[in-house]
Amino acid sequence: MTIDWAHFTPWSALAGGILIGLAAGLFVLANGRIAGISGLLGSLLEPRASGRLYSLLFVFGLLLAPWLWQAIAALPTIEIQAGVPGLLLAGLLVGFGARLGSGCTSGHGVCGLSRLSPRSLVATLCFMASGFATVFVVRHLLGV
Amino acid sequence: MARLTALFAGLLFGFGLLLAGMANPAKVLAFLDLAGNWDPSLALVMGGGIGTALLPFALARRRTQALTGCPMQLPSKREPDPALVIGSLLFGIGWGIAGICPGPALVLLGSGNAAILPFFVAMLIGMGLYRGYASRRA
Repeated sequence: MTIDWAHFTPWSALAGGILIGLAAGLFVLANGRIAGISGLLGSLLEPRASGRLYSLLFVFGLLLAPWLWQAIAALPTIEIQAGVPGLLLAGLLVGFGARLGSGCTSGHGVCGLSRLSPRSLVATLCFMASGFATVFVVRHLLGV
Repeated sequence: MARLTALFAGLLFGFGLLLAGMANPAKVLAFLDLAGNWDPSLALVMGGGIGTALLPFALARRRTQALTGCPMQLPSKREPDPALVIGSLLFGIGWGIAGICPGPALVLLGSGNAAILPFFVAMLIGMGLYRGYASRRA
Protein backbone atom coordinates (compact mmCIF):
# COMPACT_ATOMS: atom_id res chain seq x y z
CA MET A 1 0.00 0.00 0.00
CA THR A 2 1.19 3.50 -0.84
CA ILE A 3 -0.63 6.61 0.34
CA ASP A 4 -1.53 9.10 -2.34
CA TRP A 5 -0.53 12.27 -0.45
CA ALA A 6 -1.04 14.44 -3.54
CA HIS A 7 -4.78 13.70 -3.57
CA PHE A 8 -5.24 13.42 0.21
CA THR A 9 -7.63 16.20 1.28
CA PRO A 10 -7.99 15.84 5.06
CA TRP A 11 -9.54 19.22 5.85
CA SER A 12 -12.24 19.33 3.20
CA ALA A 13 -13.02 15.65 3.93
CA LEU A 14 -13.37 16.36 7.65
CA ALA A 15 -15.39 19.55 7.09
CA GLY A 16 -17.66 17.76 4.60
CA GLY A 17 -18.12 14.93 7.07
CA ILE A 18 -19.09 17.41 9.81
CA LEU A 19 -21.72 18.97 7.49
CA ILE A 20 -23.08 15.49 6.77
CA GLY A 21 -23.21 14.76 10.51
CA LEU A 22 -24.97 18.08 11.19
CA ALA A 23 -27.52 17.33 8.46
CA ALA A 24 -28.20 13.84 9.86
CA GLY A 25 -28.45 15.29 13.39
CA LEU A 26 -30.87 18.01 12.28
CA PHE A 27 -33.05 15.52 10.39
CA VAL A 28 -33.36 13.18 13.36
CA LEU A 29 -33.91 15.88 15.99
CA ALA A 30 -36.28 18.03 13.93
CA ASN A 31 -38.05 15.41 11.82
CA GLY A 32 -37.48 12.21 13.77
CA ARG A 33 -36.07 10.48 10.71
CA ILE A 34 -32.89 8.63 9.77
CA ALA A 35 -31.01 10.37 6.94
CA GLY A 36 -30.49 7.13 5.02
CA ILE A 37 -30.72 8.02 1.37
CA SER A 38 -31.63 4.54 0.07
CA GLY A 39 -34.36 4.30 2.73
CA LEU A 40 -35.73 7.74 1.83
CA LEU A 41 -35.73 6.87 -1.89
CA GLY A 42 -37.31 3.50 -1.11
CA SER A 43 -40.08 5.18 0.90
CA LEU A 44 -40.85 7.31 -2.16
CA LEU A 45 -41.52 4.07 -4.05
CA GLU A 46 -43.90 2.90 -1.28
CA PRO A 47 -47.32 4.53 -1.65
CA ARG A 48 -48.23 3.82 1.98
CA ALA A 49 -44.98 4.80 3.72
CA SER A 50 -45.40 7.45 6.43
CA GLY A 51 -43.69 10.83 6.19
CA ARG A 52 -43.17 10.63 2.43
CA LEU A 53 -43.38 14.40 2.13
CA TYR A 54 -40.28 14.78 4.32
CA SER A 55 -38.41 12.11 2.35
CA LEU A 56 -39.28 13.98 -0.80
CA LEU A 57 -38.11 17.33 0.60
CA PHE A 58 -34.82 15.86 1.85
CA VAL A 59 -34.20 14.27 -1.57
CA PHE A 60 -35.11 17.56 -3.22
CA GLY A 61 -32.53 19.30 -1.01
CA LEU A 62 -29.85 16.85 -2.22
CA LEU A 63 -30.77 17.57 -5.84
CA LEU A 64 -30.76 21.30 -5.19
CA ALA A 65 -27.37 21.37 -3.41
CA PRO A 66 -25.10 21.25 -6.51
CA TRP A 67 -27.33 23.74 -8.25
CA LEU A 68 -27.05 26.22 -5.37
CA TRP A 69 -23.32 25.51 -5.01
CA GLN A 70 -22.85 26.43 -8.67
CA ALA A 71 -24.49 29.79 -8.08
CA ILE A 72 -21.69 30.67 -5.65
CA ALA A 73 -18.61 28.71 -6.76
CA ALA A 74 -17.45 26.22 -9.38
CA LEU A 75 -18.41 22.60 -8.63
CA PRO A 76 -15.54 20.41 -7.41
CA THR A 77 -14.04 17.91 -9.87
CA ILE A 78 -16.42 15.09 -10.77
CA GLU A 79 -14.99 12.15 -12.68
CA ILE A 80 -17.08 9.08 -13.50
CA GLN A 81 -14.65 6.35 -14.55
CA ALA A 82 -17.02 3.41 -15.11
CA GLY A 83 -18.51 2.85 -18.56
CA VAL A 84 -22.22 2.44 -19.24
CA PRO A 85 -22.33 -1.37 -18.70
CA GLY A 86 -20.46 -0.93 -15.40
CA LEU A 87 -22.78 1.88 -14.32
CA LEU A 88 -25.87 -0.22 -15.10
CA LEU A 89 -24.59 -3.23 -13.16
CA ALA A 90 -23.40 -1.03 -10.28
CA GLY A 91 -26.75 0.78 -10.08
CA LEU A 92 -28.72 -2.49 -9.97
CA LEU A 93 -26.49 -3.89 -7.20
CA VAL A 94 -26.53 -0.64 -5.19
CA GLY A 95 -30.32 -0.25 -5.43
CA PHE A 96 -31.22 -3.88 -4.70
CA GLY A 97 -28.45 -4.43 -2.14
CA ALA A 98 -29.18 -1.29 -0.13
CA ARG A 99 -32.87 -2.16 0.16
CA LEU A 100 -32.23 -5.84 1.01
CA GLY A 101 -29.60 -4.76 3.56
CA SER A 102 -31.89 -2.02 4.98
CA GLY A 103 -29.46 0.80 4.29
CA CYS A 104 -26.40 2.23 2.60
CA THR A 105 -23.35 4.36 3.38
CA SER A 106 -25.49 7.12 4.91
CA GLY A 107 -28.09 5.07 6.79
CA HIS A 108 -25.72 2.42 8.20
CA GLY A 109 -22.31 4.08 7.81
CA VAL A 110 -23.13 7.50 9.29
CA CYS A 111 -26.50 7.33 11.09
CA GLY A 112 -26.36 3.70 12.23
CA LEU A 113 -22.82 3.91 13.58
CA SER A 114 -23.72 7.18 15.33
CA ARG A 115 -26.62 5.36 16.99
CA LEU A 116 -24.16 2.60 18.00
CA SER A 117 -26.35 0.03 16.22
CA PRO A 118 -24.78 -3.46 16.04
CA ARG A 119 -26.72 -4.18 12.82
CA SER A 120 -25.25 -1.10 11.17
CA LEU A 121 -21.75 -2.07 12.28
CA VAL A 122 -22.20 -5.48 10.62
CA ALA A 123 -23.63 -3.85 7.47
CA THR A 124 -20.83 -1.26 7.27
CA LEU A 125 -18.11 -3.91 7.70
CA CYS A 126 -19.78 -5.98 4.95
CA PHE A 127 -20.06 -3.24 2.35
CA MET A 128 -16.62 -1.82 3.11
CA ALA A 129 -15.11 -5.30 2.75
CA SER A 130 -16.89 -6.08 -0.51
CA GLY A 131 -16.14 -2.56 -1.81
CA PHE A 132 -12.40 -2.98 -1.13
CA ALA A 133 -12.49 -6.51 -2.61
CA THR A 134 -14.34 -5.38 -5.75
CA VAL A 135 -11.86 -2.59 -6.50
CA PHE A 136 -9.00 -5.02 -5.91
CA VAL A 137 -10.49 -7.54 -8.36
CA VAL A 138 -11.41 -4.94 -10.99
CA ARG A 139 -8.15 -2.93 -10.89
CA HIS A 140 -5.50 -5.43 -9.92
CA LEU A 141 -6.75 -8.84 -11.09
CA LEU A 142 -8.78 -7.91 -14.17
CA GLY A 143 -6.68 -4.80 -14.82
CA VAL A 144 -9.62 -2.70 -16.02
CA MET B 1 -41.45 24.09 10.02
CA ALA B 2 -40.89 20.33 9.59
CA ARG B 3 -40.91 20.82 5.82
CA LEU B 4 -38.27 23.52 6.05
CA THR B 5 -35.97 21.45 8.29
CA ALA B 6 -36.30 18.42 5.96
CA LEU B 7 -35.38 20.50 2.92
CA PHE B 8 -32.54 22.25 4.76
CA ALA B 9 -31.16 18.95 6.09
CA GLY B 10 -31.11 17.58 2.53
CA LEU B 11 -29.33 20.69 1.25
CA LEU B 12 -26.76 20.56 4.04
CA PHE B 13 -26.17 16.86 3.41
CA GLY B 14 -25.62 17.59 -0.29
CA PHE B 15 -23.15 20.40 0.46
CA GLY B 16 -21.32 18.03 2.80
CA LEU B 17 -21.04 15.34 0.11
CA LEU B 18 -19.72 17.87 -2.42
CA LEU B 19 -17.21 19.44 -0.01
CA ALA B 20 -16.04 16.04 1.23
CA GLY B 21 -15.29 14.73 -2.26
CA MET B 22 -17.88 11.94 -1.93
CA ALA B 23 -19.67 13.23 -5.03
CA ASN B 24 -16.56 12.49 -7.09
CA PRO B 25 -16.69 8.76 -7.99
CA ALA B 26 -12.98 8.74 -8.91
CA LYS B 27 -12.11 9.85 -5.35
CA VAL B 28 -14.37 7.20 -3.81
CA LEU B 29 -12.67 4.50 -5.91
CA ALA B 30 -9.25 5.86 -4.89
CA PHE B 31 -10.33 5.36 -1.26
CA LEU B 32 -11.49 1.80 -1.97
CA ASP B 33 -8.22 0.96 -3.77
CA LEU B 34 -6.17 -0.18 -0.77
CA ALA B 35 -3.63 -2.01 -2.92
CA GLY B 36 -3.06 0.91 -5.27
CA ASN B 37 -2.29 4.58 -4.67
CA TRP B 38 -4.56 4.89 -1.62
CA ASP B 39 -6.39 8.16 -0.85
CA PRO B 40 -7.52 7.89 2.81
CA SER B 41 -9.64 11.10 2.71
CA LEU B 42 -13.01 9.39 2.91
CA ALA B 43 -12.18 7.76 6.23
CA LEU B 44 -12.18 11.32 7.60
CA VAL B 45 -15.59 12.00 6.07
CA MET B 46 -17.03 9.08 7.98
CA GLY B 47 -15.14 10.03 11.14
CA GLY B 48 -16.32 13.64 10.95
CA GLY B 49 -19.90 12.59 10.24
CA ILE B 50 -20.11 10.06 13.06
CA GLY B 51 -18.32 12.31 15.56
CA THR B 52 -20.80 15.09 14.85
CA ALA B 53 -23.95 12.95 14.77
CA LEU B 54 -23.26 10.97 17.98
CA LEU B 55 -24.71 13.64 20.29
CA PRO B 56 -27.87 14.41 18.26
CA PHE B 57 -28.66 10.68 18.04
CA ALA B 58 -28.07 10.22 21.77
CA LEU B 59 -30.52 13.08 22.43
CA ALA B 60 -33.01 11.72 19.89
CA ARG B 61 -33.05 8.33 21.56
CA ARG B 62 -34.58 9.81 24.73
CA ARG B 63 -37.44 11.47 22.87
CA THR B 64 -40.67 10.04 21.49
CA GLN B 65 -41.36 13.17 19.49
CA ALA B 66 -39.08 15.24 17.28
CA LEU B 67 -38.75 19.01 17.87
CA THR B 68 -41.30 19.84 15.19
CA GLY B 69 -43.83 17.38 16.64
CA CYS B 70 -43.15 14.62 14.09
CA PRO B 71 -43.02 11.12 15.62
CA MET B 72 -39.50 9.85 16.38
CA GLN B 73 -39.03 7.01 13.86
CA LEU B 74 -35.87 5.22 14.92
CA PRO B 75 -35.33 1.64 13.70
CA SER B 76 -36.37 -1.02 16.22
CA LYS B 77 -33.61 -3.15 17.75
CA ARG B 78 -33.04 -6.34 15.74
CA GLU B 79 -30.30 -8.90 15.45
CA PRO B 80 -28.22 -8.90 12.25
CA ASP B 81 -29.70 -11.42 9.78
CA PRO B 82 -28.69 -12.98 6.44
CA ALA B 83 -30.62 -10.36 4.43
CA LEU B 84 -28.60 -7.59 6.11
CA VAL B 85 -25.30 -9.32 5.33
CA ILE B 86 -26.13 -10.38 1.75
CA GLY B 87 -27.71 -7.03 0.88
CA SER B 88 -24.73 -5.08 2.26
CA LEU B 89 -22.24 -7.32 0.43
CA LEU B 90 -24.11 -6.78 -2.88
CA PHE B 91 -24.30 -3.05 -2.19
CA GLY B 92 -20.53 -2.95 -1.62
CA ILE B 93 -19.85 -4.73 -4.93
CA GLY B 94 -21.93 -2.13 -6.78
CA TRP B 95 -20.21 0.66 -4.82
CA GLY B 96 -16.82 -0.78 -5.75
CA ILE B 97 -17.66 -1.01 -9.46
CA ALA B 98 -18.65 2.64 -9.95
CA GLY B 99 -17.70 4.50 -6.74
CA ILE B 100 -21.25 5.82 -6.44
CA CYS B 101 -23.75 5.34 -3.60
CA PRO B 102 -27.33 6.71 -3.40
CA GLY B 103 -26.62 10.17 -1.87
CA PRO B 104 -23.91 11.14 -4.34
CA ALA B 105 -26.05 9.70 -7.17
CA LEU B 106 -28.73 12.29 -6.32
CA VAL B 107 -26.17 15.11 -6.04
CA LEU B 108 -24.66 14.13 -9.42
CA LEU B 109 -28.13 14.04 -10.94
CA GLY B 110 -28.85 17.50 -9.53
CA SER B 111 -25.60 18.83 -10.99
CA GLY B 112 -27.01 18.05 -14.43
CA ASN B 113 -24.34 15.45 -15.18
CA ALA B 114 -26.00 13.20 -17.81
CA ALA B 115 -23.36 10.47 -17.33
CA ILE B 116 -25.04 9.49 -14.04
CA LEU B 117 -28.33 8.56 -15.74
CA PRO B 118 -27.58 4.85 -16.46
CA PHE B 119 -26.56 4.37 -12.82
CA PHE B 120 -29.54 6.27 -11.47
CA VAL B 121 -32.14 4.46 -13.57
CA ALA B 122 -30.56 1.07 -12.78
CA MET B 123 -30.55 1.93 -9.06
CA LEU B 124 -34.28 2.70 -9.13
CA ILE B 125 -34.88 -0.56 -11.03
CA GLY B 126 -32.86 -2.39 -8.38
CA MET B 127 -35.00 -0.86 -5.66
CA GLY B 128 -38.14 -1.79 -7.60
CA LEU B 129 -36.87 -5.38 -7.99
CA TYR B 130 -36.38 -5.55 -4.22
CA ARG B 131 -39.93 -4.34 -3.73
CA GLY B 132 -41.25 -7.12 -5.95
CA TYR B 133 -39.06 -9.67 -4.18
CA ALA B 134 -40.16 -8.48 -0.72
CA SER B 135 -43.86 -8.48 -1.59
CA ARG B 136 -43.61 -12.03 -2.97
CA ARG B 137 -41.98 -13.24 0.23
CA ALA B 138 -44.53 -11.52 2.46
